Amino acid sequence: MKITARKGSVALSCLQIKDIQTHHVGPLSLTVSSDAAVSLRGQSGCGKSLLMRAIADLDPHQGEVLLNDVSREEYSGSQWRKNIGYLPAVSQWWGDYVHEHFDEEIDQDQISQWLAALGLKRAILAAATATLSSGERQRLALIRLLANRPQVLLLDEPTASLDPDNVISVESLVSDYQRQQACAVVWISHDHQQLQRVATRHFVIEQGSLIAQGTA
Amino acid sequence: MTLITLTPWDLSLAALLIVVLAALSFQMQLGLSRSIFIAALRTVIQLMLIGLVLKFLFNTTHLGWIVLVSTVMLLAAGREVMVRQQRRFAGVQSFALGTLSLFISTVIVTLLVLTMVISAEPWYSPQYAIPLLGMMFGNTMNGIALGLDRLTQTTWQQRDVVEARLILGQTPQQAISDIRRESIRSGMIPIINAMAVAGIVSLPGMMTGQILAGAAPMEAVNYQILIMFMVTAGTGFGTIFAVTMGARHLFDQRERLRLDRLQKAIV
Repeated sequence: MKITARKGSVALSCLQIKDIQTHHVGPLSLTVSSDAAVSLRGQSGCGKSLLMRAIADLDPHQGEVLLNDVSREEYSGSQWRKNIGYLPAVSQWWGDYVHEHFDEEIDQDQISQWLAALGLKRAILAAATATLSSGERQRLALIRLLANRPQVLLLDEPTASLDPDNVISVESLVSDYQRQQACAVVWISHDHQQLQRVATRHFVIEQGSLIAQGTA
Repeated sequence: MTLITLTPWDLSLAALLIVVLAALSFQMQLGLSRSIFIAALRTVIQLMLIGLVLKFLFNTTHLGWIVLVSTVMLLAAGREVMVRQQRRFAGVQSFALGTLSLFISTVIVTLLVLTMVISAEPWYSPQYAIPLLGMMFGNTMNGIALGLDRLTQTTWQQRDVVEARLILGQTPQQAISDIRRESIRSGMIPIINAMAVAGIVSLPGMMTGQILAGAAPMEAVNYQILIMFMVTAGTGFGTIFAVTMGARHLFDQRERLRLDRLQKAIV
């Protein structure tokens, strides 16, 4: 892994978004640090995904984003996205088998641990992607993302197609990862109660601007 | 020479076949009748014109004229590559990409063959240079057009997959590797197939022409082998170049997928 070594004493990760403006969204600013996960709500079409895409630098847009005070422009697009772990609401699987979507150099023990934590068997890595259920896809997509060891997680409805037990497993896996890696987390969901569980700062996007909600 | 001259009357009989085909197409509502007539008409006019041009060139043998004629051929082939794309790069980029790929592959291979293999005196003798260039452009154009069309269409359809790969931190080259490979393959497969069946299933047009014109079969065969190798190499290099450059141009400096650089052809 080429990501800067941050073992031992874990430094906080801090994502600064400054005056981002894309289509009908923004300009909006937000700072997310690893000690306080942020929740994001808003009706469909309000621009949550556009905002996430802008942070991950997928569309041309205005504004600046910094990770630990380093500007996005210092990274190549691909390096940046490796650090910004964006999990879109729908996962894509291009290979015939699940394991093709995982880098061969990654820590297999860690993958096994994560699989177990989400109630998946290791054998699923050999499964054909076409046979996966939507719940399996959603959980595997999260593990595939964590394997990059991102310093930020932008999670767009990561539990939408999961049953209640698995919802809790995903929430605790993300919270463990957030603690161990000192990762800054933005969690998008429609589920009020879930957002109270997973985040401490709460925002709503309305008409393209970001409105802070009282902490719970 | 045992060449039997074709009269306009002979050609009119052949044209009757086209009329019958167009009528059938009309009756079956294939929507092709108009295209058939226009294409047939273009064949007649363009070939007549090139006949006149060749007649003139053969009498002069001047490098300048040959360069001029090949430039016209190149630009026409470049335009043809462009209009065959359903989704093409916006503006002049589409034309420039196709034309540059044609130029690099075709001109280099043809120059190589003219100077080192055929070694006519002078090497640019129009009798060799123009037909070779024509065959090269015609075939290379097909490969490049197929490859680029496949590249832009597939990327358009699989944009979510390509972006998902970018999101996971892949570089543009990794994210589009499968599509690029398939596009190059689709550009090259027809010509590879043509080599594989040459002489068994199909008698290549050039060889047929030489034999009809009275050349010894083995001479015609040797030339056909040369042409096949040239055309395959030109098509291969041209397609690889065009698809590789095209795949790069689908992404910007920040390694974002930029499908807004494509525009849909107005049909």
